[in-house]
Amino acid sequence: MAMTVQLDVVSAEEKIFSGLVESVQVTGSEGELGILPFHAPLLTPLKPGMVRIVKQFGEEHVIYVAGGVLEVQPDSITVLADVAVRGEDLDEQAALDAQKRATEAMQHAGADFNYAEAAAQLAEAIAQLRVIQKLRKK
Amino acid sequence: MAGGKEIKSKIGSINNTRKITSAMEKVAVSKMRKAQERVAATRPYAEGMRKVIGNIAQGNIEYRHPYLSERDVKRVGYIIISTDRGLCGGLNTNEFKKVVLEMKSWKSQNVEAEFAVIGNKATAFFKRFGGKVVAQQTGSGDVPRLADVIGSVKVMLQAYLDGRIDRLFLVYNTFVNTMKQEPVIDQLLPLPQTEVSPKEHKWDYLYEPDPQPILDMLLDRYIESQVYQGVVENAASEHAARMVAMKAATDNAGNLMDDLKLVYNKARQAAITQELSEIVAGAAAVG
Repeated sequence: MAMTVQLDVVSAEEKIFSGLVESVQVTGSEGELGILPFHAPLLTPLKPGMVRIVKQFGEEHVIYVAGGVLEVQPDSITVLADVAVRGEDLDEQAALDAQKRATEAMQHAGADFNYAEAAAQLAEAIAQLRVIQKLRKK
Repeated sequence: MAGGKEIKSKIGSINNTRKITSAMEKVAVSKMRKAQERVAATRPYAEGMRKVIGNIAQGNIEYRHPYLSERDVKRVGYIIISTDRGLCGGLNTNEFKKVVLEMKSWKSQNVEAEFAVIGNKATAFFKRFGGKVVAQQTGSGDVPRLADVIGSVKVMLQAYLDGRIDRLFLVYNTFVNTMKQEPVIDQLLPLPQTEVSPKEHKWDYLYEPDPQPILDMLLDRYIESQVYQGVVENAASEHAARMVAMKAATDNAGNLMDDLKLVYNKARQAAITQELSEIVAGAAAVG
Protein backbone atom coordinates (compact mmCIF):
# COMPACT_ATOMS: atom_id res chain seq x y z
CA MET A 1 0.00 0.00 0.00
CA ALA A 2 1.24 3.46 -0.86
CA MET A 3 2.33 5.73 1.94
CA THR A 4 -0.05 8.49 2.90
CA VAL A 5 0.05 11.83 4.68
CA GLN A 6 -2.67 13.87 6.35
CA LEU A 7 -3.84 16.81 4.20
CA ASP A 8 -6.05 19.66 5.39
CA VAL A 9 -7.32 22.33 3.03
CA VAL A 10 -8.97 25.09 5.05
CA SER A 11 -10.14 28.62 4.34
CA ALA A 12 -11.21 31.32 6.78
CA GLU A 13 -14.83 30.47 6.03
CA GLU A 14 -14.85 26.69 5.91
CA LYS A 15 -12.97 23.42 5.91
CA ILE A 16 -12.59 22.38 2.29
CA PHE A 17 -10.83 19.03 2.49
CA SER A 18 -9.42 16.80 5.16
CA GLY A 19 -8.08 13.29 4.76
CA LEU A 20 -5.20 10.97 3.95
CA VAL A 21 -3.53 11.48 0.60
CA GLU A 22 -0.76 9.82 -1.41
CA SER A 23 0.40 13.00 -3.11
CA VAL A 24 -0.53 16.64 -3.70
CA GLN A 25 0.20 18.94 -6.62
CA VAL A 26 -0.06 22.70 -6.20
CA THR A 27 1.02 25.87 -7.96
CA GLY A 28 3.44 27.65 -5.66
CA SER A 29 4.55 31.21 -6.24
CA GLU A 30 7.83 29.84 -7.63
CA GLY A 31 6.32 27.09 -9.72
CA GLU A 32 4.60 23.72 -9.68
CA LEU A 33 5.14 21.58 -6.62
CA GLY A 34 4.48 17.91 -6.04
CA ILE A 35 4.44 16.86 -2.40
CA LEU A 36 4.78 13.26 -1.25
CA PRO A 37 4.70 11.89 2.30
CA PHE A 38 7.74 12.69 4.47
CA HIS A 39 8.56 15.86 2.58
CA ALA A 40 10.90 18.30 4.33
CA PRO A 41 9.21 21.21 6.17
CA LEU A 42 8.30 23.84 3.58
CA LEU A 43 6.38 27.07 3.53
CA THR A 44 5.37 28.83 0.33
CA PRO A 45 2.66 31.15 -0.96
CA LEU A 46 0.29 29.71 -3.55
CA LYS A 47 -0.87 31.17 -6.82
CA PRO A 48 -4.52 30.93 -7.76
CA GLY A 49 -4.95 27.53 -9.37
CA MET A 50 -5.74 23.87 -8.96
CA VAL A 51 -4.76 21.65 -6.07
CA ARG A 52 -4.58 18.11 -7.44
CA ILE A 53 -4.90 15.51 -4.75
CA VAL A 54 -4.32 11.78 -5.06
CA LYS A 55 -6.29 10.34 -2.20
CA GLN A 56 -5.55 7.12 -0.41
CA PHE A 57 -6.23 4.17 -2.79
CA GLY A 58 -5.44 6.34 -5.80
CA GLU A 59 -8.61 8.32 -6.26
CA GLU A 60 -7.99 11.76 -7.72
CA HIS A 61 -9.59 14.94 -6.54
CA VAL A 62 -9.19 18.53 -7.76
CA ILE A 63 -9.84 21.68 -5.75
CA TYR A 64 -9.57 25.25 -6.94
CA VAL A 65 -7.91 27.71 -4.58
CA ALA A 66 -7.67 31.46 -5.03
CA GLY A 67 -4.21 31.65 -3.51
CA GLY A 68 -3.04 31.12 0.03
CA VAL A 69 -0.16 29.44 1.80
CA LEU A 70 1.10 25.87 1.73
CA GLU A 71 2.66 24.44 4.85
CA VAL A 72 4.38 21.09 4.65
CA GLN A 73 5.65 18.95 7.48
CA PRO A 74 6.79 15.36 7.20
CA ASP A 75 3.55 14.05 8.69
CA SER A 76 1.05 16.68 7.62
CA ILE A 77 0.27 19.12 4.84
CA THR A 78 -1.89 22.20 5.37
CA VAL A 79 -3.22 24.49 2.68
CA LEU A 80 -4.41 27.78 4.17
CA ALA A 81 -6.53 28.87 1.23
CA ASP A 82 -7.76 32.39 0.50
CA VAL A 83 -11.47 32.79 -0.07
CA ALA A 84 -11.04 35.09 -3.06
CA VAL A 85 -8.30 36.25 -5.38
CA ARG A 86 -6.29 38.86 -3.53
CA GLY A 87 -4.05 41.58 -4.73
CA GLU A 88 -2.48 44.67 -3.23
CA ASP A 89 -4.60 46.89 -5.53
CA LEU A 90 -7.82 45.12 -4.66
CA ASP A 91 -7.11 45.37 -0.94
CA GLU A 92 -6.25 49.02 -1.32
CA GLN A 93 -9.51 49.63 -3.12
CA ALA A 94 -11.47 47.85 -0.40
CA ALA A 95 -9.75 49.99 2.23
CA LEU A 96 -10.54 53.20 0.34
CA ASP A 97 -14.17 52.14 0.02
CA ALA A 98 -14.42 51.49 3.74
CA GLN A 99 -12.97 54.92 4.47
CA LYS A 100 -15.29 56.62 2.03
CA ARG A 101 -18.29 54.93 3.56
CA ALA A 102 -17.18 56.11 6.99
CA THR A 103 -17.02 59.77 5.95
CA GLU A 104 -20.32 59.50 4.14
CA ALA A 105 -22.02 57.81 7.03
CA MET A 106 -20.77 60.40 9.48
CA GLN A 107 -21.68 63.40 7.33
CA HIS A 108 -24.74 62.68 5.25
CA ALA A 109 -27.76 61.04 6.70
CA GLY A 110 -29.27 58.50 4.35
CA ALA A 111 -32.79 57.20 4.69
CA ASP A 112 -31.74 54.09 6.63
CA PHE A 113 -29.58 56.09 8.83
CA ASN A 114 -32.19 58.47 10.12
CA TYR A 115 -34.28 55.50 10.94
CA ALA A 116 -31.57 53.87 13.03
CA GLU A 117 -30.86 57.10 14.81
CA ALA A 118 -34.50 57.84 15.41
CA ALA A 119 -34.95 54.34 16.77
CA ALA A 120 -32.09 54.92 19.19
CA GLN A 121 -33.56 58.20 20.34
CA LEU A 122 -36.99 56.65 20.71
CA ALA A 123 -35.57 53.84 22.85
CA GLU A 124 -33.88 56.43 25.04
CA ALA A 125 -37.08 58.46 25.42
CA ILE A 126 -39.07 55.36 26.30
CA ALA A 127 -36.53 54.43 28.94
CA GLN A 128 -36.77 57.92 30.43
CA LEU A 129 -40.55 57.79 30.45
CA ARG A 130 -40.47 54.47 32.20
CA VAL A 131 -38.25 55.90 34.93
CA ILE A 132 -40.59 58.86 35.36
CA GLN A 133 -43.60 56.58 35.60
CA LYS A 134 -41.89 54.44 38.18
CA LEU A 135 -40.98 57.49 40.24
CA ARG A 136 -44.58 58.74 40.08
CA LYS A 137 -45.95 55.44 41.31
CA LYS A 138 -43.82 55.57 44.42
CA MET B 1 -71.54 47.94 26.27
CA ALA B 2 -68.85 50.41 27.27
CA GLY B 3 -65.50 50.02 25.53
CA GLY B 4 -66.18 46.43 24.53
CA LYS B 5 -65.41 47.02 20.90
CA GLU B 6 -62.21 48.91 21.63
CA ILE B 7 -60.97 46.16 23.93
CA LYS B 8 -61.78 43.54 21.34
CA SER B 9 -59.85 45.34 18.60
CA LYS B 10 -56.91 45.82 20.96
CA ILE B 11 -56.86 42.09 21.69
CA GLY B 12 -56.88 41.48 17.96
CA SER B 13 -53.92 43.78 17.36
CA ILE B 14 -51.91 42.26 20.20
CA ASN B 15 -52.63 38.84 18.81
CA ASN B 16 -51.23 39.93 15.46
CA THR B 17 -48.12 41.30 17.12
CA ARG B 18 -47.72 38.04 18.97
CA LYS B 19 -47.88 36.09 15.74
CA ILE B 20 -45.09 38.25 14.32
CA THR B 21 -42.83 37.96 17.37
CA SER B 22 -43.33 34.23 17.56
CA ALA B 23 -42.46 33.90 13.86
CA MET B 24 -39.35 36.01 14.41
CA GLU B 25 -38.38 33.77 17.30
CA LYS B 26 -38.60 30.68 15.12
CA VAL B 27 -36.60 32.31 12.34
CA ALA B 28 -33.93 33.36 14.85
CA VAL B 29 -33.66 29.79 16.14
CA SER B 30 -32.89 28.37 12.72
CA LYS B 31 -30.53 31.22 11.82
CA MET B 32 -28.71 30.80 15.10
CA ARG B 33 -28.03 27.12 14.35
CA LYS B 34 -26.55 27.98 10.98
CA ALA B 35 -24.49 30.80 12.46
CA GLN B 36 -23.11 28.45 15.09
CA GLU B 37 -22.04 26.03 12.39
CA ARG B 38 -20.29 28.89 10.65
CA VAL B 39 -18.44 29.77 13.86
CA ALA B 40 -17.22 26.20 14.13
CA ALA B 41 -16.14 26.20 10.47
CA THR B 42 -13.79 29.16 10.97
CA ARG B 43 -11.77 27.43 13.69
CA PRO B 44 -9.53 25.06 11.69
CA TYR B 45 -8.14 27.96 9.64
CA ALA B 46 -7.30 30.07 12.69
CA GLU B 47 -5.69 27.06 14.35
CA GLY B 48 -3.61 26.29 11.27
CA MET B 49 -2.53 29.93 11.10
CA ARG B 50 -1.58 30.03 14.75
CA LYS B 51 0.46 26.85 14.39
CA VAL B 52 2.39 28.10 11.37
CA ILE B 53 3.01 31.56 12.83
CA GLY B 54 4.18 29.93 16.04
CA ASN B 55 6.56 27.70 14.11
CA ILE B 56 8.01 30.65 12.21
CA ALA B 57 8.42 32.66 15.40
CA GLN B 58 10.36 29.79 16.92
CA GLY B 59 12.51 29.37 13.87
CA ASN B 60 15.65 31.45 13.81
CA ILE B 61 14.90 34.40 11.59
CA GLU B 62 16.19 37.87 12.34
CA TYR B 63 13.17 39.65 10.95
CA ARG B 64 10.97 41.16 13.63
CA HIS B 65 7.57 42.11 12.34
CA PRO B 66 6.05 45.39 13.67
CA TYR B 67 2.86 43.45 14.55
CA LEU B 68 4.85 41.55 17.13
CA SER B 69 6.58 44.39 18.97
CA GLU B 70 5.06 46.51 21.72
CA ARG B 71 5.37 50.29 21.69
CA ASP B 72 4.20 53.19 23.83
CA VAL B 73 0.49 53.83 23.57
CA LYS B 74 -0.46 57.26 22.32
CA ARG B 75 -3.41 56.38 20.16
CA VAL B 76 -5.53 53.27 20.00
CA GLY B 77 -7.76 51.77 17.35
CA TYR B 78 -10.95 49.78 17.75
CA ILE B 79 -12.76 47.57 15.30
CA ILE B 80 -16.31 47.40 16.57
CA ILE B 81 -18.66 44.74 15.32
CA SER B 82 -22.38 45.30 15.81
CA THR B 83 -25.58 44.05 14.26
CA ASP B 84 -27.31 45.61 11.28
CA ARG B 85 -30.77 45.20 12.72
CA GLY B 86 -32.36 45.80 16.09
CA LEU B 87 -34.86 43.82 18.15
CA CYS B 88 -32.14 41.79 19.77
CA GLY B 89 -32.38 42.90 23.38
CA GLY B 90 -29.49 44.72 24.98
CA LEU B 91 -26.87 43.10 22.79
CA ASN B 92 -25.54 46.24 21.12
CA THR B 93 -26.18 48.55 24.06
CA ASN B 94 -24.13 46.40 26.42
CA GLU B 95 -21.32 46.24 23.89
CA PHE B 96 -21.21 50.02 23.38
CA LYS B 97 -21.34 50.59 27.12
CA LYS B 98 -18.21 48.52 27.50
CA VAL B 99 -16.48 50.55 24.78
CA VAL B 100 -17.54 53.85 26.36
CA LEU B 101 -16.07 52.74 29.69
CA GLU B 102 -12.78 51.86 27.97
CA MET B 103 -12.81 55.22 26.22
CA LYS B 104 -13.11 56.97 29.56
CA SER B 105 -10.10 55.17 30.96
CA TRP B 106 -8.07 55.90 27.81
CA LYS B 107 -9.09 59.54 27.95
CA SER B 108 -7.82 59.84 31.50
CA GLN B 109 -4.45 58.68 30.16
CA ASN B 110 -4.62 61.18 27.30
CA VAL B 111 -4.91 58.46 24.71
CA GLU B 112 -7.05 59.15 21.65
CA ALA B 113 -9.02 56.56 19.76
CA GLU B 114 -10.00 55.74 16.20
CA PHE B 115 -12.83 53.45 15.23
CA ALA B 116 -13.66 51.12 12.40
CA VAL B 117 -17.30 50.18 12.65
CA ILE B 118 -19.04 47.16 11.21
CA GLY B 119 -22.85 47.12 11.25
CA ASN B 120 -25.59 49.76 11.21
CA LYS B 121 -26.01 49.95 14.94
CA ALA B 122 -22.40 50.84 15.64
CA THR B 123 -22.45 53.43 12.87
CA ALA B 124 -25.52 55.10 14.30
CA PHE B 125 -24.11 54.95 17.80
CA PHE B 126 -20.77 56.51 16.94
CA LYS B 127 -22.46 59.19 14.92
CA ARG B 128 -24.19 60.26 18.11
CA PHE B 129 -21.37 59.46 20.50
CA GLY B 130 -18.74 61.27 18.48
CA GLY B 131 -15.33 59.80 17.86
CA LYS B 132 -13.17 59.45 14.83
CA VAL B 133 -14.62 56.80 12.56
CA VAL B 134 -12.13 55.91 9.85
CA ALA B 135 -13.82 52.93 8.24
CA GLN B 136 -17.33 51.64 7.99
CA GLN B 137 -19.02 48.49 6.73
CA THR B 138 -22.65 47.45 6.80
CA GLY B 139 -24.94 44.95 5.18
CA SER B 140 -23.02 41.73 5.74
CA GLY B 141 -26.34 39.91 5.83
CA ASP B 142 -26.87 36.48 7.29
CA VAL B 143 -23.91 34.91 5.53
CA PRO B 144 -20.95 37.20 6.23
CA ARG B 145 -18.03 36.89 3.82
CA LEU B 146 -14.39 37.41 4.64
CA ALA B 147 -14.27 39.87 1.73
CA ASP B 148 -16.66 42.11 3.68
CA VAL B 149 -14.10 42.85 6.37
CA ILE B 150 -10.94 43.17 4.28
CA GLY B 151 -11.37 46.91 3.66
CA SER B 152 -11.95 47.94 7.27
CA VAL B 153 -9.14 45.71 8.53
CA LYS B 154 -6.74 47.06 5.94
CA VAL B 155 -7.45 50.65 7.01
CA MET B 156 -6.63 49.79 10.62
CA LEU B 157 -3.54 47.73 9.76
CA GLN B 158 -2.25 50.60 7.65
CA ALA B 159 -2.90 53.01 10.50
CA TYR B 160 -0.87 50.73 12.74
CA LEU B 161 2.01 50.45 10.30
CA ASP B 162 2.00 54.24 9.76
CA GLY B 163 2.15 54.72 13.52
CA ARG B 164 -1.23 56.47 13.73
CA ILE B 165 -2.36 53.89 16.24
CA ASP B 166 -0.24 51.88 18.64
CA ARG B 167 -2.73 49.26 19.61
CA LEU B 168 -5.66 47.65 17.87
CA PHE B 169 -8.63 46.07 19.61
CA LEU B 170 -11.55 44.03 18.39
CA VAL B 171 -14.95 44.40 20.06
CA TYR B 172 -17.74 41.89 19.53
CA ASN B 173 -20.24 39.72 21.40
CA THR B 174 -19.12 36.19 22.18
CA PHE B 175 -21.63 33.43 22.09
CA VAL B 176 -21.43 31.82 25.53
CA ASN B 177 -24.67 29.91 25.19
CA THR B 178 -28.18 30.54 23.91
CA MET B 179 -29.15 32.55 26.97
CA LYS B 180 -25.90 34.37 27.43
CA GLN B 181 -23.84 36.56 25.11
CA GLU B 182 -21.01 38.66 26.42
CA PRO B 183 -19.29 41.66 24.87
CA VAL B 184 -15.51 41.22 24.78
CA ILE B 185 -12.59 43.41 23.82
CA ASP B 186 -9.69 41.43 22.34
CA GLN B 187 -6.31 42.86 21.58
CA LEU B 188 -5.36 42.24 17.96
CA LEU B 189 -2.16 44.27 17.69
CA PRO B 190 0.53 43.93 18.77
CA LEU B 191 -0.14 40.20 18.73
CA PRO B 192 -0.25 38.98 22.31
CA GLN B 193 2.84 36.85 22.89
CA THR B 194 1.95 33.23 22.53
CA GLU B 195 3.49 30.93 25.04
CA VAL B 196 6.49 29.48 23.24
CA SER B 197 6.71 25.82 24.04
CA PRO B 198 10.10 25.09 25.57
CA LYS B 199 10.64 21.91 23.57
CA GLU B 200 13.79 22.10 21.52
CA HIS B 201 13.04 23.44 18.11
CA LYS B 202 15.73 22.14 15.84
CA TRP B 203 14.08 22.49 12.48
CA ASP B 204 13.00 25.40 10.35
CA TYR B 205 10.97 25.59 7.19
CA LEU B 206 12.37 25.76 3.71
CA TYR B 207 11.02 29.10 2.61
CA GLU B 208 10.10 29.73 -0.98
CA PRO B 209 11.08 32.44 -1.76
CA ASP B 210 11.81 34.33 1.54
CA PRO B 211 10.41 34.10 5.04
CA GLN B 212 9.70 37.82 5.30
CA PRO B 213 6.92 38.25 2.71
CA ILE B 214 5.37 34.97 3.78
CA LEU B 215 5.22 36.11 7.38
CA ASP B 216 3.76 39.49 6.32
CA MET B 217 1.09 37.76 4.33
CA LEU B 218 0.31 35.25 7.05
CA LEU B 219 -0.02 37.90 9.76
CA ASP B 220 -2.39 40.02 7.64
CA ARG B 221 -4.48 36.96 6.92
CA TYR B 222 -4.44 36.00 10.56
CA ILE B 223 -5.76 39.37 11.72
CA GLU B 224 -8.41 39.27 9.01
CA SER B 225 -9.51 35.82 10.06
CA GLN B 226 -9.72 36.96 13.69
CA VAL B 227 -12.00 39.83 12.68
CA TYR B 228 -14.03 37.53 10.48
CA GLN B 229 -14.44 35.13 13.38
CA GLY B 230 -15.68 38.07 15.44
CA VAL B 231 -18.23 38.94 12.78
CA VAL B 232 -19.49 35.37 12.59
CA GLU B 233 -19.64 34.97 16.34
CA ASN B 234 -21.42 38.28 16.70
CA ALA B 235 -24.00 37.07 14.18
CA ALA B 236 -24.59 33.93 16.24
CA SER B 237 -24.99 36.10 19.35
CA GLU B 238 -27.39 38.38 17.49
CA HIS B 239 -29.70 35.55 16.57
CA ALA B 240 -29.55 34.06 20.04
CA ALA B 241 -30.33 37.43 21.64
CA ARG B 242 -33.15 38.02 19.19
CA MET B 243 -34.55 34.61 19.92
CA VAL B 244 -34.64 35.31 23.66
CA ALA B 245 -36.05 38.82 23.17
CA MET B 246 -38.77 37.58 20.84
CA LYS B 247 -39.68 34.75 23.18
CA ALA B 248 -40.11 37.27 25.99
CA ALA B 249 -42.17 39.51 23.71
CA THR B 250 -44.41 36.60 22.72
CA ASP B 251 -44.94 35.65 26.36
CA ASN B 252 -45.71 39.23 27.31
CA ALA B 253 -48.20 39.54 24.47
CA GLY B 254 -49.90 36.38 25.73
CA ASN B 255 -50.15 37.76 29.27
CA LEU B 256 -51.48 41.05 28.01
CA MET B 257 -54.11 39.26 25.97
CA ASP B 258 -55.23 37.24 29.01
CA ASP B 259 -55.55 40.41 31.08
CA LEU B 260 -57.48 42.19 28.36
CA LYS B 261 -59.83 39.23 27.91
CA LEU B 262 -60.63 39.39 31.60
CA VAL B 263 -61.38 43.10 31.34
CA TYR B 264 -63.49 42.47 28.26
CA ASN B 265 -65.54 39.75 29.93
CA LYS B 266 -66.07 41.87 33.01
CA ALA B 267 -67.27 44.75 30.86
CA ARG B 268 -69.59 42.42 28.98
CA GLN B 269 -71.01 41.00 32.18
CA ALA B 270 -71.52 44.47 33.65
CA ALA B 271 -73.34 45.56 30.49
CA ILE B 272 -75.68 42.56 30.64
CA THR B 273 -76.35 43.08 34.34
CA GLN B 274 -77.14 46.71 33.71
CA GLU B 275 -79.49 45.93 30.84
CA LEU B 276 -81.30 43.33 32.93
CA SER B 277 -81.75 45.67 35.87
CA GLU B 278 -83.04 48.37 33.50
CA ILE B 279 -85.63 45.99 32.07
CA VAL B 280 -86.69 44.83 35.54
CA ALA B 281 -86.90 48.43 36.73
CA GLY B 282 -88.92 49.37 33.63
CA ALA B 283 -91.32 46.46 34.13
CA ALA B 284 -91.76 47.40 37.77
CA ALA B 285 -92.57 50.99 36.84
CA VAL B 286 -95.21 49.90 34.30
CA GLY B 287 -96.68 47.24 36.61
